[in-house]
Amino acid sequence: MIRSVLRWAWRNPAAGGSLVFLVGLFILAVLAPVVAPYSPTAQNANDTLAEPSLQHWIGTDDLGRDILSRLIHGAPATLYASFLAVTVACVIGIPIGLLAGFLGGWVDDVISRVIDALLSFPAIVLAIGVTGALGIGLTNGMLAVGIVFSPQLARLVRAQTLVVKQELYVDAARCFGASLGRIILRHIMPNAIQPVIVQVTLLLAVALLAEASLSFLGLGVQPPQPSWGAMLARAYTYMEIAPEQMYAPGIAILLTALAFNTLGEALRVALDPTMKRR
Amino acid sequence: MHGTLRMIGRRLSQIIPVILLATFVVFGLLQLVPGDIAVTLAGDNATDVRIAQIRQSYGLDRPFLVQYASWLWNAMHLDLSRSYLSNEPVLDQILHRFPTSLLIVGLALVVSLVVGIPLGILAATRPGSRLDTAVTSFASLGVALPNFWLAMILVATFALSYNWFPATGSVALGKDPSKALLHAALPALALAAGGVAEVVRQLRSALIEILSSQYVRTLRAKGLSSASILWKHGLKNVSVTLLTVIGLLVNRLLGATVVVEAVFAIPGMGSLIVNAAIHKDFPVVQGVVLAMVVIVICLNLLIDVLYTILDPRVGLK
Repeated sequence: MIRSVLRWAWRNPAAGGSLVFLVGLFILAVLAPVVAPYSPTAQNANDTLAEPSLQHWIGTDDLGRDILSRLIHGAPATLYASFLAVTVACVIGIPIGLLAGFLGGWVDDVISRVIDALLSFPAIVLAIGVTGALGIGLTNGMLAVGIVFSPQLARLVRAQTLVVKQELYVDAARCFGASLGRIILRHIMPNAIQPVIVQVTLLLAVALLAEASLSFLGLGVQPPQPSWGAMLARAYTYMEIAPEQMYAPGIAILLTALAFNTLGEALRVALDPTMKRR
Repeated sequence: MHGTLRMIGRRLSQIIPVILLATFVVFGLLQLVPGDIAVTLAGDNATDVRIAQIRQSYGLDRPFLVQYASWLWNAMHLDLSRSYLSNEPVLDQILHRFPTSLLIVGLALVVSLVVGIPLGILAATRPGSRLDTAVTSFASLGVALPNFWLAMILVATFALSYNWFPATGSVALGKDPSKALLHAALPALALAAGGVAEVVRQLRSALIEILSSQYVRTLRAKGLSSASILWKHGLKNVSVTLLTVIGLLVNRLLGATVVVEAVFAIPGMGSLIVNAAIHKDFPVVQGVVLAMVVIVICLNLLIDVLYTILDPRVGLK
């Protein structure tokens, strides 16, 4: 298993690189308090907006806080936000999609109309509305993003289930008297899940960008807690004096989103036998 | 023609439940407020009398479905009630700010298509070439790029350093068209990066699939030149994909403009909904979300109708 993953990563340098980057980011996020050279909230009034130096590798912000330390401490918040949103989307979307696809009939009609309606909302706008109602904060914001993403997964799982439930082995299981729950969990879900894994990886990137957007607008992470989006919001207010403040957090967001996307696209090719030749 | 009309009628009857469900979601946002809405609205240190007053004046003491029905009835008569903050009618605020956002979204859509379509075609006709690799890498970058960050870079470079464009604000298109476009240019460009990437990716994969299909092989065997295969058959078939992309793109651009407008301090739909969300001004939040979802649903209806005209097979299904 591990060996085949390693071989796959070796043959797809872009995907392998993304995987290494993301694993490294996870380790950095977990070890943030140990690895970061300074406290993310330690201010130094004598050393504000400093250029990169040996003490501060990528400089300091407007309150003299070490930017590298804030970036490292922002990683857990950012990853927590992405995974929270995507987990919420899975918990809501996958069961609903399975039910709609498997039961069919009026249940499917109703669920499909609801999915159509929810997918008509611009995601970030609905997320802003939900955050406004639930109350401002990172967890509420990402719950909102998760709720908004769930119809995408539900629609995908529904389409997959429709295909898989026609398979002979599902009929066979039914003939053997398997219960509804067993058929769905043991026979349909494992065979319908592959495109979902790809979509989940791609959604992690979208969730990351959504977190950054919400925090930038002041609806996500609240200061002084560091997050990459909130750092960009801070850099924005000092843009005229110190435009270089916005580069580090932006590049961190870009690279992480790029890594999730690259990994997702590579998984799509690896999991789909008809895509092998392209 | 008769078939197309019947198809439009069927689509209209399908769209009504979707619009109803969407309005239900918009109104249901209020139900997500933790605790008593009247207490939240009354603010800190409100007396019980004041809370009861608010509850009655906003009709919060009535059952949920009655509240929803009266809200929907008013919305259908274009009465979106008044802002809690400014006491202005919500519809007036939306109508006042929508043209600004629409100009930016429209401009971004045009740029996305004008740049994205040729790039997508170029990449699809030479799959695996260096040009294709360059275009697809650019597209991957465009999808992962936070659009508001790109907006900040554009402001810092082209507005603050070079002074080519204004850094903030907006001008109405009716007042001074050239100034309005100048103000909308950088926000639209920031939005278009993601749009171009999306168009390129979708168009490229759809066109590659068409060009490797059986009937194209037949055309090639017949001795038709690559150019006429592409122009006569490939692009005609890819136009359906393009319509789908436009529908998705407008949805995404409407969302993205909310964030990008904040960077340019543009008084559009973005600042309206963000301020309303922060200050719990729910009629405005509901109004903006409703306006956007109605636009997207109507656009999707239009696209569905165009499908039937472009692809006769759709109407038969």
